[in-house]
Amino acid sequence: MSKELLTGNEIIVRAALNAGAQAFFGYPITPATEIMAEWDTFYEKNRNNLLFLQTEDEMSAGFATIGAVVTGKKAFTATAGPGNILMQDAFSMAEAMQIPIVAIIGQRGGPSTASVIYSQQELTLTAFGGNGEGYRIVYSPSTIQELYDYTIKAFNTAWKYTTPTFVLTDGYTLKTRTNVEITRPKNLEKSFPMVLKSNKRGKKESEYVNLRNTYSVEEECFKNNKTLIEKWNKIKSQIEEHEVYELNKSKKDTLIIAHGNVASSAKQALYDTKKKSVKLFRPITVNPFPINALKKELKGIKQIIVTESANNQLLKLVKENLYGLNIPIKTYNKPALGITPEEIIELIKKNK
Amino acid sequence: MENKNNLSWPKCWKHSSKPHNFCPGCGHPIILKQLGHTIDELGIQSNTLFGIDIGCSLLAWNFFNVDTIQTHHGRTIPVMTGAKRSKPKMVSIAYLGDGGAYAIGMQHLISARIRNENITVIIVNNANYGMTGGQEAPTTIPGQITATTQSGADEFFTKGPELLSGASESPAYIARGSVDNPIQLKGFIKKAIEWQMTGKGFSFVEVLSFCPTNWRTDAKATIEFMNKLKSIYTIKEFTKENK
Repeated sequence: MSKELLTGNEIIVRAALNAGAQAFFGYPITPATEIMAEWDTFYEKNRNNLLFLQTEDEMSAGFATIGAVVTGKKAFTATAGPGNILMQDAFSMAEAMQIPIVAIIGQRGGPSTASVIYSQQELTLTAFGGNGEGYRIVYSPSTIQELYDYTIKAFNTAWKYTTPTFVLTDGYTLKTRTNVEITRPKNLEKSFPMVLKSNKRGKKESEYVNLRNTYSVEEECFKNNKTLIEKWNKIKSQIEEHEVYELNKSKKDTLIIAHGNVASSAKQALYDTKKKSVKLFRPITVNPFPINALKKELKGIKQIIVTESANNQLLKLVKENLYGLNIPIKTYNKPALGITPEEIIELIKKNK
Repeated sequence: MENKNNLSWPKCWKHSSKPHNFCPGCGHPIILKQLGHTIDELGIQSNTLFGIDIGCSLLAWNFFNVDTIQTHHGRTIPVMTGAKRSKPKMVSIAYLGDGGAYAIGMQHLISARIRNENITVIIVNNANYGMTGGQEAPTTIPGQITATTQSGADEFFTKGPELLSGASESPAYIARGSVDNPIQLKGFIKKAIEWQMTGKGFSFVEVLSFCPTNWRTDAKATIEFMNKLKSIYTIKEFTKENK
């Protein structure tokens, strides 16, 4: 274990390497570009073992990542905003065929090109983009240390469950430089090829793999959807993660729900105000959403405050998952704008 | 062993997927048969990854006892690029239609050529979008009637091999064959794959193919239209060797 002074973007590359990543395909876009530049630094020193290609666009980056993953390499990509939109082309294929790619999403302002450094408006796109239903795992780390830990975890989860896995972060977190504990993970999931498993095969049809994401009849397509649903329902409770932050165990009447960077502000606000009647619920996996864990925290709660740097993305998930409960939900939403601890302190005072 | 007359099925033929789902008179099965024989002759059945696009080409997803991966329209080339870079000793073949290659996937095709990716790309040019019902393709020839050029197509169209030849100074195997000359076509496909196997880089075969369903042609008119295509799209090897 060592402490290093690194930016979020640099930390991601350390984490990926320590998780056993072997290949990166990407296309420059702020604020995630430095991940690629940092990967190149390591690639130049270790060309025999690492792969790197700066592709012609984000579709190519996403699909080349898929190509490397199906042959058994731990491969990943990183993108943001309009790049995330284009990469949904590849992500939806990875979702349909449950190909364990890993992607780092550095959220920037939306909609469209918008601003380059910060937002939380790519939650819905990252978790549910494409013409599927979101059979993808999305981690939303809250601190730079978590960025390291959950990037490692993303590779492990992707390969353990053979499911595309995302680390949803933002430019503020990626561009901040701070001390991070670089620990070597003890257990790493092994990667494996989905095709060309053996060079010595004979005439038997069963020895060959024909992978596809197209179906000629509705029944066949429905069957594939059912398989995806069953798998998702089976694995999601093993993947769900959350954090509850409270100053002590005294009775609470207010629950703040936030994720990622905003959850950090909320934590700081609770710490600063010493407000004992308020606690924070933070989904670490925004997909699968930790529904049962959230429901457990609602005892005695008179009001919920959802705060996010988006207008209606975390809020939608909360509403969907708390359907039927009559606790009023208040919102403090600022799309593409940061939310400070001071603002949350004000928010807590206003909603006493 | 060389199968000179191509009379038998290729050994890598996947019999449970036959009869295949291509339309009667389609050129795809002719191309796939030549590819199958080539795979047999080169002994690469266990070491080939066959990438397939969307469009009529996707019907080849289970055509062979060869590992395959089918992807989105135009995206076969990046998938096969990522796979090949990751596993350089395998044979990487991307199989696409003219729409996938010259319209929606053109940036990938040109970039693969310019970067000299060590993959083999086979493009089926039938001068229209077959799977979606015969719309105009980048290869639709002037005056051709399609579902989206109902009073005849304009004078603009894409010559893939010519374009790719000029796109880079680096050597590449580039050829255009046609389904009415399968023996010659097999020779082109074989040279292209051998080019990849010897690590020379990018190789490319465009194949002029029949589409009687969307051309709305009988056997005689199909051959006539093929001859018209051949008068516009020159059958030849455009190979650039090292000087």
